[in-house]
Amino acid sequence: MNFNKIYALGLRHLYLISNSFPRVLDLIYWPTVQIFLWGFISKFFTLNSDYYSNTVGIILTAAILYDFLFRASISFNMMFLEEIWSRNFTNLFIAPIKISEIITSLTLTAILRTLIGLVPAAILAVPLFGVSIFELGLPLLFLLIALYLFGISLGLLVASGLLRFGPSFENIAWASLFFFAPLGCIYYPIEILPSSLQIIAKGLPLVHIFEEMRNILINNVVNYTHIMKSISISVVYFIFGVIIFYISYSGAKKRGTLINMGE
Amino acid sequence: MYIQIKNLSKIFKDNYAVNEINFDIEKNKTVGLLGPNGCGKTTSIGMILGLIEPSGGEIIIDNKNLQSFKRDEILARINFASPYIELPKKLTVKQNLEVYGRLYGVKNLNTRINEISEDLNIKDFFEKKTGELSSGQKNRVSLAKSLINKPEILLLDEPTASLDPDIGDFIRSYIQEYKSKNQVTILLASHNMNEVERLCDSIIMMKKGKIIDRGTCKEIIKKHGRDNLEETFLKLARSKDEF
Repeated sequence: MNFNKIYALGLRHLYLISNSFPRVLDLIYWPTVQIFLWGFISKFFTLNSDYYSNTVGIILTAAILYDFLFRASISFNMMFLEEIWSRNFTNLFIAPIKISEIITSLTLTAILRTLIGLVPAAILAVPLFGVSIFELGLPLLFLLIALYLFGISLGLLVASGLLRFGPSFENIAWASLFFFAPLGCIYYPIEILPSSLQIIAKGLPLVHIFEEMRNILINNVVNYTHIMKSISISVVYFIFGVIIFYISYSGAKKRGTLINMGE
Repeated sequence: MYIQIKNLSKIFKDNYAVNEINFDIEKNKTVGLLGPNGCGKTTSIGMILGLIEPSGGEIIIDNKNLQSFKRDEILARINFASPYIELPKKLTVKQNLEVYGRLYGVKNLNTRINEISEDLNIKDFFEKKTGELSSGQKNRVSLAKSLINKPEILLLDEPTASLDPDIGDFIRSYIQEYKSKNQVTILLASHNMNEVERLCDSIIMMKKGKIIDRGTCKEIIKKHGRDNLEETFLKLARSKDEF
């Protein structure tokens, strides 16, 4: 790994953000809207639901964590799409940068994009709704790692689709996360799902992450076995995503789609 | 030979885009790759760049098969410019050169950027976003990016396409001047016959994925009994004969 090259590709995306105030605003705008929306819904539920009556902020915390996942995945996809939109794809793939360095760079840079959007929103939730995700304590870090790895895995799968099918796969990029959301049990316990779907849901890290989040906030107990399970599942998805990306890259070379790819 | 192409083929869905072509390029020579649209020029360049996997044959660079090179090792020695690909539009010219300079691991990057920017007269719009530049300015920036790493092999795909005669002449003069001062082997795909005559030591004519003729410009013009390369090109492109 050459960190100067990883930094160079990251720098390309940092310049893109820093050159455009509307782009920064766009990064911050959607998570903030989410906080307001779920903040009010959360407030309503805490006043009108037995399940949530003793624990203010479960829904809002879930919304913030889900948005973290969403932003991580979308950030990865967006950076990949930027290369297609700007017709820079060929330049990037003829540069002497390894595929592993491209993946590493996009993965690391996506953290920054995600945090630019989410940190202001998470901080805003404290005075507005009296909810702080930091109440989760140290486990929050591990839950974020699990979410981030899963978000990047989805990003890798979408990027693989873009390599395989070209820019027409773009719409899937936006839809990919909504596909997993119902099975992720973000806002409700897994018992709500039919038993057949519960089996599938347990194969996703999201269920374990959000079940553990509720466990911490409702019971004040941390089960590190569940947290490690969620991280392990995310790591498996990440490795799967990397393998698929390499296969798609190899396929794109065979089909000749890396040259002149663009809108 | 510095670049050797042996029986190189590429098949897309049962169609030969490139059909068992063979050619050599000597070190520090410029070879023109000519032919009508769809004849396989871009596919050939794509294969040399490692962007397209050949269906058969070999690409040998500096006596070593392209496939045996590590990707980053060989690409650090090559570069490519084409008006059909662009640099990130929202980045300034300076930022783009910095990013690509770092990606190519260029030492003393600031000095190199200054040097090449002065040579190509791009300093005036250094802080301008690349997407806001005119075609002529974009082409010069694209050329600057392609020379940022002082490549041993430079692949140029229609470097002066859609440029006015003045800018086109500037680019051609610069390539000539650059070549006289640097060690570089160039493969130039172009539809501009004057450009090819001016820049290339020899030419390869392609049609329907195959090489139909090769030699110096003078040799080919003479062989086909025409007055200039443009007429020769038209004769070969319109001919139904399989050469």
